[in-house]
Amino acid sequence: MGDAALAKSLLLALPLAFLAARALPARVPWIARALLGAAAGWAVAFVVALVVPPGQMAYLVSFAIVGSIYAVLALGLNVQWGYTGLFNIGIAAFFAIGAFTSALVTTSMPTGAAAAFSQQAFGLGAPFLAGVVAAGVAAGVLALLVGGPTLRLREDYLAIATIGIAELVRLVFQNERWLANGPQPLRGIPQPLACLVRDPGCGWLPPPLAALFDPLAPRDYPYVYLAIATLFVIVVYLVLERAIRSPWGRVLRAVREDEAAAAMAGKDVARVRLQAFVVGAVIMGLGGALYAHYMIAIDYTHFDALYATFLVWVMLMLGGSGNNRGAILGAFALWGVWTGAAFLVDLARPVLAAISSDLPARGPYLRLLFIALLMLFILLYRPKGLIGEERFVSRDSQGRDG
Amino acid sequence: MARVLARRAGGPRPSARLRRAIGSRTALVALLALVLVGLWWLAGAQGVTGQRLLSLAVRGVMLGGILALGAIGLTLIFGVLRIPNFAHGDLMTWGAYLALFGLTLLPAGQPLAPFSFGAELLLLLVLVMPLVGLTGYLLDRLVFRRLRARRAPSVILAMAALGGAFLLRSVIYLGWGADFRNFYTGRPRPAVELFAGIRVRPDQLFILGLALLLIFLLYLLLERSKMGKAMRATADNADLARISGIDTEGVIRWTWLIGGGLAGAGGVMFALDTQLRPEMGWWLMLPLFSSVILGTIGNAYGALVGALIIGVVWQTSTAFLNPAYGPGVAFAVLILVLLFRPQGIFGRPGGA
Repeated sequence: MGDAALAKSLLLALPLAFLAARALPARVPWIARALLGAAAGWAVAFVVALVVPPGQMAYLVSFAIVGSIYAVLALGLNVQWGYTGLFNIGIAAFFAIGAFTSALVTTSMPTGAAAAFSQQAFGLGAPFLAGVVAAGVAAGVLALLVGGPTLRLREDYLAIATIGIAELVRLVFQNERWLANGPQPLRGIPQPLACLVRDPGCGWLPPPLAALFDPLAPRDYPYVYLAIATLFVIVVYLVLERAIRSPWGRVLRAVREDEAAAAMAGKDVARVRLQAFVVGAVIMGLGGALYAHYMIAIDYTHFDALYATFLVWVMLMLGGSGNNRGAILGAFALWGVWTGAAFLVDLARPVLAAISSDLPARGPYLRLLFIALLMLFILLYRPKGLIGEERFVSRDSQGRDG
Repeated sequence: MARVLARRAGGPRPSARLRRAIGSRTALVALLALVLVGLWWLAGAQGVTGQRLLSLAVRGVMLGGILALGAIGLTLIFGVLRIPNFAHGDLMTWGAYLALFGLTLLPAGQPLAPFSFGAELLLLLVLVMPLVGLTGYLLDRLVFRRLRARRAPSVILAMAALGGAFLLRSVIYLGWGADFRNFYTGRPRPAVELFAGIRVRPDQLFILGLALLLIFLLYLLLERSKMGKAMRATADNADLARISGIDTEGVIRWTWLIGGGLAGAGGVMFALDTQLRPEMGWWLMLPLFSSVILGTIGNAYGALVGALIIGVVWQTSTAFLNPAYGPGVAFAVLILVLLFRPQGIFGRPGGA
C-alpha cells in the first residue's frame, strides 16, 4: 500500500510542485523555488495518495485529466480571443482534427478479424510524441486554410467560417469510413508510457527507477496520464506567458485594441492575426491529441459544438479572457460545476419526476440551461470573468491599471 | 490600410484593375453559374440522368424557399440591428417545437388531401409565427439591448446570440428530449408527378407556395409601409437613420417580430418536409449564413436569391455526393464568395 502511494505521489507531484513553486515570492532565487516547490509538492502528493480513499482518488484523477485537457483548449482560445480578439466558434474543428490525426498516426492498421469491421487510414504505429506533433501541424494547417481567406474580412465572418469548418470536419469524420472508421469509434489508440504500470516494465528506464513504479497496477494508469496532461498544461502555459510578454504579444494586444493604430505603427495586421489564429489552433490540436490518448476510442460525437466549443468559451469567459491563469482556472472551475451539477440533477430526480415523468431522463439538459444562463450572466454583468485581464506594459514592469 | 492608401495615390494599377474585375458582380454570378455547370458535368460523368438533375433542381428551389424564410430574418437582424444572430437556427427549431406542442393540444383533424397535414397545422403556423418573433424580441430586451447600450462590438453580440442559441436548445431538450419527432407519425406522404416525370410531395409545393406568399407580404411591408422604409433606412445607414428621427425602438421591435416570425414559419416548414430534431436549426445555420452573405448582408431580396442558389447547389450536389455533406457544400459556396466578393452579389464595392 505504502509502495503504491509512493509511486502515485511521484506522478501527482508535478502539478503540485509547479503550483508550490509559483506561490513562492519572486525574490527567492529560482533554483531555491524549484527545489522547495518540488519538496512541498511531493510531500502534499504523498499525503494525498496515502489518505484519500482509492475510489475518490480515481474520481479526482479523472476529473483533473479532463480539466487539464479543457485547460489546454482554453489556453489556445485565449491566444485567439483573449489576446487578439479573434472570434473562433469552431474550436471543435481544431480539437477534432488534432485528436483524429494523433490517433491515426499512432494506431496500427487493424488486421485479421478486426479489419472486417474496422477501417482507417495511415495506421503508422508512430510513438505518442510523433502523434502530438502531427496533431499540432494538422490543426495549424487547417487554421491557415480557414484564416487565410477570412481574417482580412469583417470580424464576424471568421465566426461563420469557423462554425462551418467545425461542421465540415465533423461531417468528414462521421461519413468517411476509410479515414477513421466513420460513425463507428476509432479504437486502439495507444496509451503513452503504459509500460510504467505493466508487468515487464519500461525497458529504457534505469532499474532503480523502474522498481519504484513496480507497485502500480494497470488500473493505476490514469495517474501516469495525469502527469502527462498536467505537463502539457504547464509547458503550454509557460510558453504562452513568455510569448505574451514578448514584443509579439504586445502586437497581438495592439491589434485587438486598435487595429488602425497598429497598422499605422507599421504592423502587418492581417499577418499578426493569422499568426495568433494558427498558434491558438495548434494548441487546440495538442489538446485534441491529449484527449484521444486518454479516451483510447474516439468518434465524431465527441466533438459536437456543445462540449468542444461552447463549454470552452464559457470556461475562458468565466476565468477571464486575456489571462492565461484565468483560462486554466476557468477550465477547472467550470468542469467542476459541470460534473458537480450532474450530482445535483441526480439529487433533484424526485422533484423532476413530480413535475413530469419525462423530466428525470432529461435532467442532464438542466446543466446546459444553467451553463447558457451563466454565459449570458457573465456577458452582461461580469465581462472580465473571475480574475480579469492581466494588465502589463512589458516584462518585469508594474501593471498600468494597478 | 497602408496598401490601400498607396494604391489610391498611384491610380489603379493593372493588378488592381484585375482584382476589381475578379471581384465584380458579373464575375461572381459567372463563377456561381460555373459551379452549377461543374456540378452538372460531374453528375453527368457519373451517369446521372438529366431528368434526375432537373428534379434535383426543382427540389433545390423548394429547399431554397425554406432557407429563404430563415435567411431573410437573419439578414434583416444582421443588417438593421448589427447582430450576427447565431440563435437564428435555434429560433427556427423553437418554432417547429412550438407547433409540435400545439398539435398535442389540438384534436387531430383529417388531412387536407393531397397534403399530409390538417387545418390545425395552418392555424398553429399563424400562432407560432408571432410567438417566435416575441421570443426573439424578448431575447433582445433582456440581453442585446443592454449590450447595445454599452456599445458592445458585434462579436460580443454574436457571443450573446450563441448563448441564446444554447439557452433555447436546452429548453427544447428539456421539453421534448433529444429524439427525432414528426408532426404526424405514420402518415403516408406519397410523391406525385409534377411534369416531365419530376416527382414531388404535395407538401413541398405547399411549402414553396407559402414561402413565396410570406416573402411577397414582406415585400409589401418593406416597400409600402412607413416601418418598412424605416427598416431599410436603418439597414442602409443606422446613424443617419437615427439622426433623421426614425423611431429606433420601433424598428428594433418590428425587425425581431418579422425576422423571428419568418424563422418560426421556416422551422415549421422544414420540420414538415423532414423531421424535428433539437439540432436541426443549428445545422441550418451554415446554409443560412451562406445565403445571407451571398445575397449581401441586410438585403432581404438578396437573401432570397442567395437561399435559392444555395438550395439548388446543395440538392444538385447530392447527385454524386453523400447527402449528409449538404451544409458542407453551402460552406464551400460561402468560401468562394468570401474569396472573390465578400460583399455579396448586391453589395457595393468595398462594402464588407
